[in-house]
Amino acid sequence: MIRVELPQHLRTLARVNGEVQIEVQGAVTVRSVLDALESSYPVLRGTIRDHDTQKRRAFLRFFACQEDWSHESPDAPLPQDIASGKEPFLIVGAIAGG
Amino acid sequence: MSRVRVLVGTRKGAFVLSADGKREKWDVSGPHFAGWEIYHMKGSPADPNRIYASQTSGWFGQIIQTSDDGGKTWHQPGSAPGEQPAPGTAVGESNKFVYDSSDATGKPLTTHQWYDGTQHPWEFKRVWHLEPSLTEADTVYAGIEDAALFRSTDGGKTWKELPGLRGNDTGPRWQPGAGGMCLHTIILDPKNPQRMYIAISAAGAFRTDDGGKSWKPINRGLRSQYIPDPNAEVGHCVHHVAMHGSRPNTLFMQKHWDVMRSDDAGDNWREVSGNLPTDFGFVIDVHAHQPETVYVVPIKSDGEHFPPDGKLRVYRSRTGGNEWEPLTKGLPQSDCYVNVLRDAMAVDSLDSCGIYFGTTGGQVYASADSGDNWSPIVRDLPGVLSVEVQTLP
Repeated sequence: MIRVELPQHLRTLARVNGEVQIEVQGAVTVRSVLDALESSYPVLRGTIRDHDTQKRRAFLRFFACQEDWSHESPDAPLPQDIASGKEPFLIVGAIAGG
Repeated sequence: MSRVRVLVGTRKGAFVLSADGKREKWDVSGPHFAGWEIYHMKGSPADPNRIYASQTSGWFGQIIQTSDDGGKTWHQPGSAPGEQPAPGTAVGESNKFVYDSSDATGKPLTTHQWYDGTQHPWEFKRVWHLEPSLTEADTVYAGIEDAALFRSTDGGKTWKELPGLRGNDTGPRWQPGAGGMCLHTIILDPKNPQRMYIAISAAGAFRTDDGGKSWKPINRGLRSQYIPDPNAEVGHCVHHVAMHGSRPNTLFMQKHWDVMRSDDAGDNWREVSGNLPTDFGFVIDVHAHQPETVYVVPIKSDGEHFPPDGKLRVYRSRTGGNEWEPLTKGLPQSDCYVNVLRDAMAVDSLDSCGIYFGTTGGQVYASADSGDNWSPIVRDLPGVLSVEVQTLP
């Protein structure tokens, strides 16, 4: 199981508390994690990446094992500790605005 | 006894204010969607318990919410209240607004004018206004930024653009105002289901007479000092338009500067600012029972978005414009520097017509006697973006 930590507003939207756990088929990448996340929680479609372009929304960032994955290829394999569920994949809202 | 329900969208959530017909004691519910900007909420005339809300965020984008119990509980279209939607359901489409650029629509339109005069791609940002159909609870129109008109016929589960609006020949000349290029006003003609009006900042007003297939700009008579051409077909910064249902050919407009009136469905406009202390402003509305009684809130200028002299005054014209009287009883008459945004005024349809408006300072004021006397329903909400009211049996 892949562990994903969502920002508070998206947890509220998805009606979940704490981390969510999802099954990912095949290679564990940013794209496959988000695909699985949006499949399990359809309300999150369009809130993390654009519906059309699939680009990450500007004020969200992705972290894995304390590294910023926001600008990595969405098809690059995530670290083994994410794939094994030892570490959560973090979706973080920018600390900006009011 | 009849009741009223005031729907308030703010910068940090939605609030529902309820009272009986006396409109003296109010129940305040909220914040719903705490922390999110609620640009607009509006109830369906066909089913008053059905309310649509536009929930947006600079971080997370657009969400559409609906309620089927008058605002007590909410859910995204396609899901049930209190339940996580099933995987793969259409709920994931309820916030999907994709511009129509297909060949089938005849005129794929991909760019508009940018601030520097160059062409810029149309990009979806948010829903500014939701206008439910007058007759079908599941049909609702959405005015969006960058300016376009969408319609849902399944209660907001899915959305489709009415491409004829952007496809009219003026589209490439529309450009954003300071608040973005937003379609903020949608008016449905109660006597002619084929006719609809919309307004865009900064393009102007438009009308369709064929149910939204084709549109024409209706801006003749508008004068905007920043446009060199005095007869410019588009480019006008229309802030809001209002209509009385009994006279759908008569429109009142608060433009960036100037209060305007048309008596021929927007084909021609004339200025009715008259004796207003300033004719800059955002809101405009019409009394529920007196189609020649009009309300505005004058704002000092486009550089100073607050009331003149620190006095919050609603101005009322009982003559369809030109002659205006200040309404001040119960409103702050010193040190008041709030703004009243374009969608933040509404009227109820009780016998003694109620007028409501919200401020950027978080106050929602109500008058139960057509504006003669005012009192705050609430004083300390987040900045108010929109106010709508439902009159309930």
